[in-house]
Amino acid sequence: MTTSPTPQELVERALAASRSDDAVVIVRTTSSANLRWANNTLTTNGEMSGVQVSVLAFDRRADGVAVGSVTSAASDLAQVLALVELADTAARAADVADDAADLVDGVAAPDWAEPPARTSIGVYDAVAPALGTAFGTAGGGGRVLYGFVDHEVATVYVGSTTGLRLRHVQPTGHWACTAKPTSLDQSAWVGGATRDFADVDPVAFEAELTRRLGWGSRRVDLPAGRYDTVLPPTSTADLMIYLLWISGALDAHDGQSVWSRPGGGTRVGEQVAAPGVRLHSAPAYPGLEAVPFVHTTASSETSSVFDNGLPIVPTDWIRDGVLTSLLTSRHSARVTDLPVNPAPDNLVLDVAGGAGTTEDLVAGTERGLLVTSLWYIRVVDPQSMLLTGLTRDGVYLVEGGEITGLVTNFRFNESPVELLNRFSHAGATELSFSREWGDYFSRTATPALRIPDFNMSSVSQAQ
Amino acid sequence: MSGLGIDASFLDLPFRHLADVALGRAADLGVTHADFRFERVRYQDLHVRDGSLLGTQDSSDVGFAVRVVHGGAWGFASGVVLTEDEARHVAERAVEVARVAAAMTTVPVELADEPVYPDVSWTSPYEIDPLEVPVAEKVALLVDFTERLRAHDVVGHATAGLRQVRENKFYADLAGTRTTQQRVRLMPEVTAMGADAERGIFDSMTSIAPPVGRGWEYLVGRPDAGGWDWDAELAEMPDLLAEKLRAPSVEAGTYDLVIHPSNLWLTIHESIGHATELDRALGYEANYAGTSFATYDQLGSLRYGSPVMNVTGDRTAPHGLASIGWDDEGVATQSWDIVKDGVLVGYQLDRVMGRQKLELNDGRSNGCAYADSPGHIPIQRMANVSLQPDPDGPSTEGLIERVERGIYVVGDKSWSIDMQRYNFQFTGQRFYKIEDGRLAGQLRDVAYQATTTDFWGSMEAVGGPETYVLGGAFNCGKAQPGQVASVSHGCPTALFRGVRILNTGEEAGK
Repeated sequence: MTTSPTPQELVERALAASRSDDAVVIVRTTSSANLRWANNTLTTNGEMSGVQVSVLAFDRRADGVAVGSVTSAASDLAQVLALVELADTAARAADVADDAADLVDGVAAPDWAEPPARTSIGVYDAVAPALGTAFGTAGGGGRVLYGFVDHEVATVYVGSTTGLRLRHVQPTGHWACTAKPTSLDQSAWVGGATRDFADVDPVAFEAELTRRLGWGSRRVDLPAGRYDTVLPPTSTADLMIYLLWISGALDAHDGQSVWSRPGGGTRVGEQVAAPGVRLHSAPAYPGLEAVPFVHTTASSETSSVFDNGLPIVPTDWIRDGVLTSLLTSRHSARVTDLPVNPAPDNLVLDVAGGAGTTEDLVAGTERGLLVTSLWYIRVVDPQSMLLTGLTRDGVYLVEGGEITGLVTNFRFNESPVELLNRFSHAGATELSFSREWGDYFSRTATPALRIPDFNMSSVSQAQ
Repeated sequence: MSGLGIDASFLDLPFRHLADVALGRAADLGVTHADFRFERVRYQDLHVRDGSLLGTQDSSDVGFAVRVVHGGAWGFASGVVLTEDEARHVAERAVEVARVAAAMTTVPVELADEPVYPDVSWTSPYEIDPLEVPVAEKVALLVDFTERLRAHDVVGHATAGLRQVRENKFYADLAGTRTTQQRVRLMPEVTAMGADAERGIFDSMTSIAPPVGRGWEYLVGRPDAGGWDWDAELAEMPDLLAEKLRAPSVEAGTYDLVIHPSNLWLTIHESIGHATELDRALGYEANYAGTSFATYDQLGSLRYGSPVMNVTGDRTAPHGLASIGWDDEGVATQSWDIVKDGVLVGYQLDRVMGRQKLELNDGRSNGCAYADSPGHIPIQRMANVSLQPDPDGPSTEGLIERVERGIYVVGDKSWSIDMQRYNFQFTGQRFYKIEDGRLAGQLRDVAYQATTTDFWGSMEAVGGPETYVLGGAFNCGKAQPGQVASVSHGCPTALFRGVRILNTGEEAGK
């Protein structure tokens, strides 16, 4: 019986086989399991595993360095050696790269020899029966549940001909559930991120959904307009993730983003948000632990294959309302004359003096809206960072600090940059989960925000 | 219809043997259904900025999946190690997942019947496999594209990107179907960016060339032989950008719209394509992608749009991004009516839905199951959903001539629609003012916003066949775990009366 080679063996054999001047090999093993449900019954469920190998070959010439990048699912040495051959060939055929730089040096990290971490359908040993209970409770109460739980454990190995040997294990889990009455005339949603599902209780989230549907016993029609609006941390996360994604230094420097300074250059150093606003990332942030080094298979406006292994350090994007950093590779940092700040995999918004929960902000609202969930958010105008999107799964009227009824959904047109200037109240930062982007970017911590004049551009009939 | 034939290096892979092992093991474990899917999907991405190569990436997704029905529940597992042991193990894991799921499955899984196709194959029509073209040749073309644009003073920066895909699939099930297929698609996109320093504004102009199920000939071939006229498009983009930067800001209000296919395809995608997916209408996507206002009880009665509205679903259209011979459940693909004379008459189905709604398509799936990788379970995905032209319809100019005060919309840009597909808002690449039946220069800061049935109800006329263009997208997202799918949407130019126009600057509070 033969055994599959370890990720470390794949890395070493690939590096040894490469005929290019330098090489970087990235092996990413994944293991995941999910359950999905609708109409109080399970629908599509699965357990997947994968091994993805990327070989980056660097061909040095008198006029620069050319790169070949090849990625494929691969699990045996023959497949990996074929990838090396393809990458070497691609590098020889390529033009020199604009972002060429010295490869990152390094040594073997202490955990380099450790095997990949895994998950399985067994991660739901406690969640699954509780979910069955929740289906029964919901069905008996005239409610319908729809939802999803997903757990993935990825282990990445990065090795290079310059000595780099890095390993990182990244557990990523999330859960979400939508509830409707059998009449389907309203909807509520809850969701969150988790590392191991030990903290996820379907019976508890079904109870919370039942509470929210109860708020819909009174219906209130409101027209489009500007409303005093409470955004819970999940909605704040939706908007802040987009803000991070458009914060590439090169686009700003080239005059193509909200962070461009009219007449040239970037707005780094300018006051762009209210004093006390801090938007930042840190790989070691408690509860949001994320990969602490660059591992990328392609260069782009914000990343460079030459940066593989470069540390991702704690970074303030906005500090005390001042734009302090933009996303850069070493190359774009040189072009824009800004510090090197590779893209992170977590994001935190803090507001000085922010305190309390969403409920506390609701309690302080005389008349306004509580928007529990945002959806289909897209850029309308990059110059103002105007976003459009919709509310879904629960907009509630707040009167005298109390939730008094269910309101129709709305389309909004708003800029997150403007919101960071216009909010009137902020809660304490807490771990959050973006409704729209959480499946892909789940590591966020954000406060609830209260916006005095949130632009609800039109009414949506969606229920 | 066939292209170059199925890649021999794919045929050399051991998928038939692995299928026999996996299906055999699943049968031994007592499943009532099992299917095996083996895929190799190759991608190549090229990205050029301002005459320099920003990056290239070759990647491929290779692996297999086993899907079973056991104890009335779905079970799915996948792997990438191409050995007998792994095939057996993946089948066992799929059954184990089904066992865990069975306790929470209150509605047993049943599949619509489908004839058995013992050993069939299909390839998409194309002339030159783009993945076989030397990278240097492709990069040189994209570099040339950006340099042509940057030769104009108004263009500060230019980018060009090209995604190429060759997808091979083998499907086998316990009933005896065996399909082997190959298709090729590519998505080019070129953007020119510029600024007006005096007005303190910047903007961009992106090509309207749609992504297609064609080969490299699309980039270098004759327009009359399936190639796009890149020379013409690149030549006009700088002037169009310059005019856009000088254009006055739109006055918000209600306007008649003439919408070019390069923009209307996306409105079709969002407000018809997704809304007529039966899995959405039945609640299967309620937690994520959403549901649909076009609920099943309204089949045959919902007035979707005006009487000139005729929409088909089609997975057989030549060069369509969703075209294939058999879907990922072994169903022979088809074409059918979705909206007839403005009334909802059909949905997109997979085998579970075909079984649930026996009155639709004679209880048979219409071939809309698709998974974007071997690691994902097939779900109901969109056919090529297209608005049909009027055989005697007017030209685009003829439609514009009917408008006294309106806007002509070209090219797609921003898009958003609610979770039941009612309320949408779109922008575009170019908006031209129409005055007394003639174009009167570009406008800026335009977005149109409507409710789906109001919008399609306001469609007064569709253009003739000569206005018809097959647009589409590579990045249609759906499901959990998230999957992307490519889909085409054909449509003629069309005329809409009384649509709400927003000024996006005012929406931003300026």
